[in-house]
Amino acid sequence: MKFLVVDDEKDVEILFRQKLRKEISSGEIEIEFAFSANEALELLRSRKPPDVMYIFSDINMPGMTGLDLLDKVKVEFPEIKVSMISAYGDGENYDRAMSSGAKGFFTKPIDFDTLKEEIQGFLNK
Amino acid sequence: MNEAAFAEYTKNLVQQGAVGSDEKYVTENRPTDLYLHFLPFLQGMLYVGNDAPLKEQELQLVQNLAEAFSTAYARYEDFTKLEAAKSAVEAAMDELRATQSQLVQQEKLASLGQLTAGIAHEIKNPLNFVNNFSEVSIEMIEEVLEEREKTRLSDRLGRESTDGTLVDDILKDIKVNLQKIHKHGTRANGIVTSMLLHARGGSGKKEPTDLNALVREYVNLCFHGMRAGKNPIHVEIVLDLDTEMGLTPLVKEDFTRVIINLCTNAFDAMRSKSISDQSGNYVPRLRITTKKEAQTMTMVVEDNGPGIPDEIKDKIMQPFFTTKKGTEGTGLGLSISHDIVKAHGGSLNVEIKESEGSAFVIQLPIV
Repeated sequence: MKFLVVDDEKDVEILFRQKLRKEISSGEIEIEFAFSANEALELLRSRKPPDVMYIFSDINMPGMTGLDLLDKVKVEFPEIKVSMISAYGDGENYDRAMSSGAKGFFTKPIDFDTLKEEIQGFLNK
Repeated sequence: MNEAAFAEYTKNLVQQGAVGSDEKYVTENRPTDLYLHFLPFLQGMLYVGNDAPLKEQELQLVQNLAEAFSTAYARYEDFTKLEAAKSAVEAAMDELRATQSQLVQQEKLASLGQLTAGIAHEIKNPLNFVNNFSEVSIEMIEEVLEEREKTRLSDRLGRESTDGTLVDDILKDIKVNLQKIHKHGTRANGIVTSMLLHARGGSGKKEPTDLNALVREYVNLCFHGMRAGKNPIHVEIVLDLDTEMGLTPLVKEDFTRVIINLCTNAFDAMRSKSISDQSGNYVPRLRITTKKEAQTMTMVVEDNGPGIPDEIKDKIMQPFFTTKKGTEGTGLGLSISHDIVKAHGGSLNVEIKESEGSAFVIQLPIV
């Protein structure tokens, strides 16, 4: 099961790989990383059909925001689930994400226990 | 004026304290054979005693003398008034200077205030990493301890030891994590340091500065400040920075205020357009361009907000001129920015494209 994490902070990759190292080494999940919304879209478009099942994306990124990425993914790849991860838990972002079809909304610092529960719930379905 | 009236007049002057005594002015007990002539002028009176009445020509001469006295008195009075006016103006100037420096300080704090949320965000990001990386390092150390325990157990049971590479790998990861913690700690420290520099004011000296880095840092702070503040808007930020920029001589803590002011104004302008926009197609866009030429560098801060109406175009750089309501603007941002750029030997100008937003153009000498 492949996940895609989108964040302009590159160290997020090391963090995710270490936090989820057991799930990764057991082969339960695979994670790919993109450091901008555009990079994420290119990655998705380069594979037909896309193998990514679930995207976790930051909202505030230079260039295209995570919310714009969400809109584009929902149009081009409606089968892929998207959750937002934001430093701001403000109502406006939350409402816009949810009404655009986001599956979940996580605030930073990421609580990996909750995130793992979300991933497990998705795997068990 | 006759003699009796004059005697009364001098008495009055003595009573008022205008003259010390009437001794020199007395007309009583004077030699009775003297003819007195009184010639009043604006500020006083000339009287002349003579043993014969003055002739018309002599009288004219004394009259001229009285007029000369009058002019001299007038000059002296003017001079005294001027002195008083001068010291009043100087006192007012001192007060004005004190007020001005207070206002400049207030504006400095206001621009810092605009950044507060951005700074909080910028510190929170590395702090999140520090927390997450140290947390995961603890988990890994526990894992190493478990592995060690297993090894000890197998040794005791005389079994073959478990593979040591797992422990090595985990230790390598922990080392990477500690480096990350150090990196993000340093990053947070740098942000606090530059914030203090901004609030306190630094050396006030021009130093060779990487303008592009300064633009990236402060535009980012402004953006996050706006995002975390009241009525955030989505803004597309385009940085078009000249890779050949090199170093520009800048008073860093001053020039950052110019960046903050211009960005904050752009966000405010685009917010107002975003609120009034009916089409739903409006995408606020802030574009910052730097360009190096032979002798000068140009920096342009451009927004696609509502632009600036022609009738206020000439006023926007004036102190206290603001279009913002209530306490939202000090009216000093652009005026101070203008002064700062001027102090760098450069110029700050505005270009307005009708209904296509505004562009603030800064030109600075490089050498």
